[in-house]
Amino acid sequence: MTDTRTGGAPILFGDDVNTDVIIPGRYLVSIDPQELGEHAFEPLGREVQEHLRRSDVLVAGRNFGCGSAREQAASCLIGAGIKAVLAVSFSRVFFRNAINTGLIAVECPEAVAAVGEDTPVWVDHDAGVVEVGEQRFGFAPYPQGIKDILASGGLIPYLMRRNA
Amino acid sequence: MTPKTFAQKALERASGEQDLAPGQIVDAYPDLYMSHTASWRCIRTLERMGVEQLYDVGRIAMVMDHISPAQTAKTAADHQLCREFAQRMGVRHFFDVNAGIAHIVLMEHGLIKPGQLVIGTDSHSTIYGALGAFGTGVGFSEITAAWVTGKLWMKVPQSIRVEVEGELPAGTYPKDVMLRLIGDLGADGATYCSVEFGGSFTEAMSVSERMTFCNLAMEMGAKNAFVAPDETTVGYLDEAGARDYEVLLPDPGAQYQRRLTVDGSSLTPQVAVPHTVDNVVGVDEVAGTKVNQVFIGSCANAKYDDLAIAARVLAGHRVADGVRLIVTPASATVMAKAAADGIVSTLIEAGAMITNPGCGACAGNGGAMADGEATFSTANRNFQGRMGSYDSKIYLGSPATAAATAIRGSIAHPAEIMAVAG
Repeated sequence: MTDTRTGGAPILFGDDVNTDVIIPGRYLVSIDPQELGEHAFEPLGREVQEHLRRSDVLVAGRNFGCGSAREQAASCLIGAGIKAVLAVSFSRVFFRNAINTGLIAVECPEAVAAVGEDTPVWVDHDAGVVEVGEQRFGFAPYPQGIKDILASGGLIPYLMRRNA
Repeated sequence: MTPKTFAQKALERASGEQDLAPGQIVDAYPDLYMSHTASWRCIRTLERMGVEQLYDVGRIAMVMDHISPAQTAKTAADHQLCREFAQRMGVRHFFDVNAGIAHIVLMEHGLIKPGQLVIGTDSHSTIYGALGAFGTGVGFSEITAAWVTGKLWMKVPQSIRVEVEGELPAGTYPKDVMLRLIGDLGADGATYCSVEFGGSFTEAMSVSERMTFCNLAMEMGAKNAFVAPDETTVGYLDEAGARDYEVLLPDPGAQYQRRLTVDGSSLTPQVAVPHTVDNVVGVDEVAGTKVNQVFIGSCANAKYDDLAIAARVLAGHRVADGVRLIVTPASATVMAKAAADGIVSTLIEAGAMITNPGCGACAGNGGAMADGEATFSTANRNFQGRMGSYDSKIYLGSPATAAATAIRGSIAHPAEIMAVAG
């Protein structure tokens, strides 16, 4: 097991989950991931929020994170304990924000199709592998630049490390 | 030489690299970094980095638009932090809570020019394509990084070419063209792509109308949008005081992932129904749906011509009993012009309340809805809970449809009112 392998219990979503649903605009007065995490998916109700807090990997359909450029849409998931997001596809800004906040975001439609409610999901972004239960799926590994940012825990820590 | 799209040329210019192909990743140096109310987060992040030396303070533009004026002591302190930072660091392009929506303000002040690469802490930064610039949204960490390093990595996008031809029927506007396009392509129909608009209808549009096109391209996932600069653009830039720019045009024969043609003459007014922007129907399908509030605002449709269209529909009418009509001009300049020529009076006489320029209700500030309520809005998003209660609904359409809806108290075809008004 490498230290780039992470995962566990999944929470499943459909297509076009937007940033206002992930983190409503009223909470953007905060930048604290923990505080934001408490309000993640609030529009969808308490049950979804509780499920989120028990989950390690968020699994979604097409166009996850569409809408706003708000970076908190990624950092609130980290605050809620999510370690990786696996989706059929991401909105462009959400993908960038995920990497920049140190949240692993992987596009792998085949793996998404294989996930069930209780199937553990593990992602190794360095090796380019998603494990869904006993099944393994490959995806194009990140370019080195993105791996470096993730290894530092996000863009700002990455820059701080380089300047130090 | 291989013909190139606008996006290829813009990223070659911004990266200093040659012959870029879609999919390549480059280090690009943006000409301008826009941050709105998120600026305070950038400043806090900079403090955390312990960096005082900035790459080029002249490229920073800060506009206090999403929460303006401040509504709580917390947001007041955030604004104060930005003001003090701008003063201390010598940020010349600082616009306070009275200025309006960042995108519109920057264009009005001549800060957006053809050929530039502009990044902004707002997804609708695609709007800068209305002046032939490459505008795209990023998070506040990336803006902060650009303040320090001057650069960010960017992938050269594939391009989609959309030709809009023909004339629109009465009561139908550029907003309707975009809603139809988003409905047809879907919310991810242009993800990671540069969308170039052309065709006779596009070429005949004002810069304001081009802004509506490029702004809404984001709602189909576009990375940036583009309308080729022409005499109309030059006229706008001259008036805004923009000088010294390089117009970049796509080459004939450039490679597009997809080409589409929209026949404007076949359209009717369109409405995006809750809770996604690509859930689009003709106005007749939802006509009669009761609304509690109408909002004419946002970077999509609160410019001078948008208010003028709404005033034309509302003139001599009254907003229906029980309906709140909120008009939030896009900028102080828009408001001053609309006040000077009587548009503001017409709107007020019809029963509208005019609020200060800024993002207003679109960003969830002022104009929130209670459980079970519905708003008809000219903005660009109808996501669940965006304007107050999670149990409320947002319908999107043009300023004309919004005005007609305000008069009726339920969603209405603007031609109905306009025909009566003669």
